Amino acid sequence: MSTEARKPPLQIALKIRRLLGGKAGWNGVAVQFAFAAVLGWIAYEIISNARANLENQHIAAGFGFLRNNAGFDVNQTLISYTGSDTFFRVFVVGILNTLVVSVVGIVFATVIGFIIALCRLSPNWLLSRIGEIYVELIRNLPLLFQILFWYLAVLAALPNPRQSISLFGVAFINNRGLIVPSPVGESGLGPFLAMLALGIVASLALRFYARRALFQRGQVIRIWPYVLTFIVGLPLVTMLVFGVPFIFEFPQLKGFNFAGGSRVIPEFVALTLALSTYTAAFIAEIVRAGILSVHSGQMEAGSSLGLSRGTTLRLIVVPQAMRVIVPPLTNQYLNLTKNSSLAVAIGYPDLVSVFAGTSLSQTGQAIEIIAMTMGVYLLISLITSGVMSIYGWRISRSLGA
Amino acid sequence: MKRVTLALTLALAAGLSAQAADAQTLKTVKDRGVLACGVSQGLPGFSSPDDKGNWTGLDVDVCRAIAAAIFNDPTKVKFVPTSAKDRFTALQSGEIDLLSRNTTWTLSRDTSLGANFTGVTYYDGQGFLVKKSLKVNSALELNSASVCVQTGTTTEQNLADYFKANNMKYEVIAFGTNDETVKAYEAGRCDVFTTDQSGLYANRLKLANPNDHMVLPEIISKEPLGPMVRHGDDQWFDIVKWTLFAMITAEELGVTSKNVDEKAKLENPELKRVLGSDGNFGEQLGLTKDWVIRIVKAVGNYNEVFDRNVGAGSPLGINRGLNNLWNKGGLQYAPPIR
Repeated sequence: MSTEARKPPLQIALKIRRLLGGKAGWNGVAVQFAFAAVLGWIAYEIISNARANLENQHIAAGFGFLRNNAGFDVNQTLISYTGSDTFFRVFVVGILNTLVVSVVGIVFATVIGFIIALCRLSPNWLLSRIGEIYVELIRNLPLLFQILFWYLAVLAALPNPRQSISLFGVAFINNRGLIVPSPVGESGLGPFLAMLALGIVASLALRFYARRALFQRGQVIRIWPYVLTFIVGLPLVTMLVFGVPFIFEFPQLKGFNFAGGSRVIPEFVALTLALSTYTAAFIAEIVRAGILSVHSGQMEAGSSLGLSRGTTLRLIVVPQAMRVIVPPLTNQYLNLTKNSSLAVAIGYPDLVSVFAGTSLSQTGQAIEIIAMTMGVYLLISLITSGVMSIYGWRISRSLGA
Repeated sequence: MKRVTLALTLALAAGLSAQAADAQTLKTVKDRGVLACGVSQGLPGFSSPDDKGNWTGLDVDVCRAIAAAIFNDPTKVKFVPTSAKDRFTALQSGEIDLLSRNTTWTLSRDTSLGANFTGVTYYDGQGFLVKKSLKVNSALELNSASVCVQTGTTTEQNLADYFKANNMKYEVIAFGTNDETVKAYEAGRCDVFTTDQSGLYANRLKLANPNDHMVLPEIISKEPLGPMVRHGDDQWFDIVKWTLFAMITAEELGVTSKNVDEKAKLENPELKRVLGSDGNFGEQLGLTKDWVIRIVKAVGNYNEVFDRNVGAGSPLGINRGLNNLWNKGGLQYAPPIR
């Protein structure tokens, strides 16, 4: 009888057993696999069943409709679009409209939210009451009503196109929106943009260098005169050499409305206002909680160093608070993006309105269109949350926590 | 334990592979004891609830007529309000038995939605509503106008076609529901409100000062409105189709809700066939012999329904026009009941 040493079991196998089986060991692993198989089978059944039923009922299926002509118009398009473009282009137009309102909304909501939070924390009685009233009022009213309120308030306050409010005869405000002169590219546009980009890159490089100098050698370099030269000076010089980069096309009253120029539609304004003020109320509370989570000794330490309240907040408290703020802040960003789908109530052409609304009823292909729309929201949300995770990770790292 | 799991999986499999479309709509409706009818969210004259929650309108009466033919009781209808964009999904998913909701009959809707149009209850056409103060007299003067429209309608596509064909520019603002569209028009967001002409007259009544607004003379499209049923149940398709034909036939023969009992006693062969004392036409449909009597007693003939809801006897006051009988210069025509 040989007495060989028993071989240790494979490391990978052990890992799998511990990960999936837990205390139940290999039996647990088997159950897990069986469960996954059942789930997969159910998913397969649902899909194949839906397909078969659609076929039985002679309901058109598949994604071929995306190549068909849409045949309807949209009043805000970031890419060129006419009624004779395809449903796929409508899809893209809708995504871009959703994205633009979300991004602008997120920026405003963050700014307003921080300001309100600082108001609430302010030692000034009036300011802190204003902050409190804002939060309690806004976050306790349904968002849909706020959207409708802003829309009807914006519309009611504005005159019709023939009585537009003129801003120095250049821009106009009426109930069709804000009409501003639009830039039209000229021959000098290419070099101008190239130089502008170069200026920005050079400035960033300079900033990087200056920061390194500060952290490593304690040397303070004043960079703003150079940055100014790079960003303003360089393009100006190119303009002198290559000519004007663009001219402005001024809006003119023609028939029912202004022709020429660019227009911000009131639906966009109302939706952005409602979304950003609403989300700001939640962000304000998150920021306040974050700042309060930093030990009060930090604030006192800042004061005893002779820093002003603002500087202490900016340099000492907020960076530490960010660690607490970022995860719930991500939730609010995601909420704002998803809430933008209420746009259809006021006729803003977002993804839900033009694609899951008009396109759906023109083609009748509910399953495909709803699946695509959900996929887009999921993707936007995952990207947002991914970016915020990276940001949060960087903050934690820089704080050494 | 294992046996339970197996039974569960089997039940699940059976449930999942069950047919979503039930081919026996009539039986389903009878078992349920009530007809589920998809209507609009509120369009005066066609389908709108009054302050007590009772639905009235032309489309509503079509539902009531079918309920009368099946149950001999026009109140056995559950009205399901649907928006323009989710009406077809409601029909496809079986939530409603038929869709009677001012829906335009088009080829693509007839073929790709898994549903059939059963006939035309109202011949309509798309028009424009404008403020009189704009001093516009023709749709051709609407270049660069802003137009409010309800999303998910043929209206949106007709609008695009019309402005393109006439080389005019416009801005479209599309809203989810009819009421939101009208509100935006009234708030001055757009110069023009467009929908089917009957809808324009109906919506004009909702405005604060109806007389400040006018319907332009142009009709830019054909909008035959009618009920829809799911594919794959020919009996149900026939019942819905012939209910409308019965109403039209009754008008043609001068049978009204008031004189139907007397007419049934007359020795006129055609009346005897239609009103069920001769032949078994109702039974061929899966209904009863007196199906036409039930329909006419419950809602009246086509003329009574039209007049009460959208015609001279209603606030809308729309002329019969295209919706007159074929022998009176209109298009309403029913194949013979024989």
